Amino acid sequence: MEALEKEEVVRRSDNGLFEDKYMLDISQLTKIYPTPNGDYVVLDDLDLKVKHEEFISIIGHSGCGKSTLLTMIAGLNPISRGTIIADNQTIKGPGPDRGVIFQSPSLLPWMTAYDNVMLGVKQVFAHGTKKDRDDIVKYYLAKVGLEDAMHKKAKELSQGMQQRVGIARAFALKPKVLLLDEPFGMLDSLTRGELQDVLIEVWNQEKITAIMITHDVDESIFLADRVIMMTSGPRAKVGDILEIDFERPRLRKDVLEHPDYYKYREHLINFLEH
Amino acid sequence: MKDRSIHILNFVGLGFFEPAIRLATGEEIKKNLVALLKKVLLPILSVGLFLLLWHSGATYLYNVEKDARIEKALADQGEVGALEMRTCIESGDISCQPNTLPSPAQVWTAYKSLLADHAVISDKKVAFAEKVAATNAQRQEQGLAAITYTGRPSFVDQIFTSLKTVFAGFLLALFIAVPIGIMLGLSKTLRSSVNWLIQIFKPVSPVVWLLLVFMIVKTLTRGSDSDSSFIISFISVGLCSMWATLVNTSMGVSSVDKDYINVAKVLQLSVAQKVFKIILPSSFPLIFTGLRITLSVAWMVLIAIELLAQSPGLGSFVWEEFQNGANDSNSKIIVAMFIIGIIGFLLDRIMLTIQKFVTFTEETA
Repeated sequence: MEALEKEEVVRRSDNGLFEDKYMLDISQLTKIYPTPNGDYVVLDDLDLKVKHEEFISIIGHSGCGKSTLLTMIAGLNPISRGTIIADNQTIKGPGPDRGVIFQSPSLLPWMTAYDNVMLGVKQVFAHGTKKDRDDIVKYYLAKVGLEDAMHKKAKELSQGMQQRVGIARAFALKPKVLLLDEPFGMLDSLTRGELQDVLIEVWNQEKITAIMITHDVDESIFLADRVIMMTSGPRAKVGDILEIDFERPRLRKDVLEHPDYYKYREHLINFLEH
Repeated sequence: MKDRSIHILNFVGLGFFEPAIRLATGEEIKKNLVALLKKVLLPILSVGLFLLLWHSGATYLYNVEKDARIEKALADQGEVGALEMRTCIESGDISCQPNTLPSPAQVWTAYKSLLADHAVISDKKVAFAEKVAATNAQRQEQGLAAITYTGRPSFVDQIFTSLKTVFAGFLLALFIAVPIGIMLGLSKTLRSSVNWLIQIFKPVSPVVWLLLVFMIVKTLTRGSDSDSSFIISFISVGLCSMWATLVNTSMGVSSVDKDYINVAKVLQLSVAQKVFKIILPSSFPLIFTGLRITLSVAWMVLIAIELLAQSPGLGSFVWEEFQNGANDSNSKIIVAMFIIGIIGFLLDRIMLTIQKFVTFTEETA
């Protein structure tokens, strides 16, 4: 397991990826929605840098523009001003190098779990053999615990299972950046915990730079290396940043029993209450 | 076996047989007896009530017509004429029967006579085919067209002619409306630019469509001696009925869930992939609802169009019977009405079953 991770690191530094300082560089990002009563500025000169293999979570009140920020990084929402550079390239539109896990699983209900993942894999690994693609799809579906349900239609799966497929789909595309838009917001708390474990387990192996939007203080501490706190909108920007210094791989029990846990929690709640 | 047959029945929209099957296998007798009562007996009761109302209404109209005839005979020919008329009517003589809404019993008799007529005509056809078989073989060798039966079509033949016309019209509507609907749904510009045309043409009456098609087809088929009435009627049926599919398809395509579109964007699917993998499957339910409306509209306007275009089929059957004015003509018209209704219902069920096969939502009508 450890050997596998080391190999991964070496391979990546060979590619020269490690020499770059940041995977994602957002500078002076502004989003303006024109309204009949004048412009509504959602984000104002927001700066954010995300390192390679870093997991950050963004927390803030509803309507502060978290989701706007994420959809802009995904390329689904036009940028009013400023730039987003992902892996040394200014983003111009959506693409499979930035995988998205949406709040609703967004699976195509008439397809099986397997076909849903395959749809993307076919796009990204168009040059691979059929066997390769099949292996990739099956590997990731097994990773999220769906070996037995992969040939069920998406509409027959529960919300939690559907979101597992969503996670498999995002990772199977081998994106450079993973964008998670409150991925567990619609689930009950038990399923949410399960899926956090699934997510972090897959992430521990893949180490894809990840940005996750969340409302949940505990979720952000458990998953992230850094928690970005956004000020309330309009004209939202980064209000505060909290480094979470727990070792990886993390176990939920260890995190909850860690002496710093409540310190972090208090810090976040203090910010959100002011 | 039991669950399977129940599932199939529910699937084709005949779910009201479910309690009968459950009852036959002795499952929860009391609950299923109540369900059977609700789902089967009550509808039968309502049909019975309808027949009763019909019968008494028809009897009342018969008496009104009868009194009027006797009254008229009294005025024209005096007491003797009136008495003659009364005995004539009450004896059941065909020559002096009042002509009005037929009773259920008369309609049933007319139905049986139509079937008997069909049997007679079928026999004639077979006999004719045997008689000309040798001649036809000879003509074929000489390169001449075969001699075909040109006698009067039976009622059952008319039904199949009508079904053929509706089917052709429906296919025409399908092949025009679905592709155009998809294009309109994909492009907002296109949609707004032809919206006026659609809104203007949609409410146009079947009769006007027929005349329009007649104008065009008459000129185009000038010189050829082929029978253009079938072409005219099926094109008119198609044009009248395609609007529901056109509007539903463009609505379905333009209102695809934004999440699915985002998935397509993130995966950078090509336009063709986007249309065939995402947009079409997700708008199938709406397209099929449109197609079901189209089929029922096609069947409905068919009668009026056949009647005017003088193309063979149920419409011309109804019109001929009305012109004919024979004693049982009215009954035959009512038979045609029920046949039209029942076939329309069956066509809708068939469409619903196909819809359930190809779409992903569990929609019920």
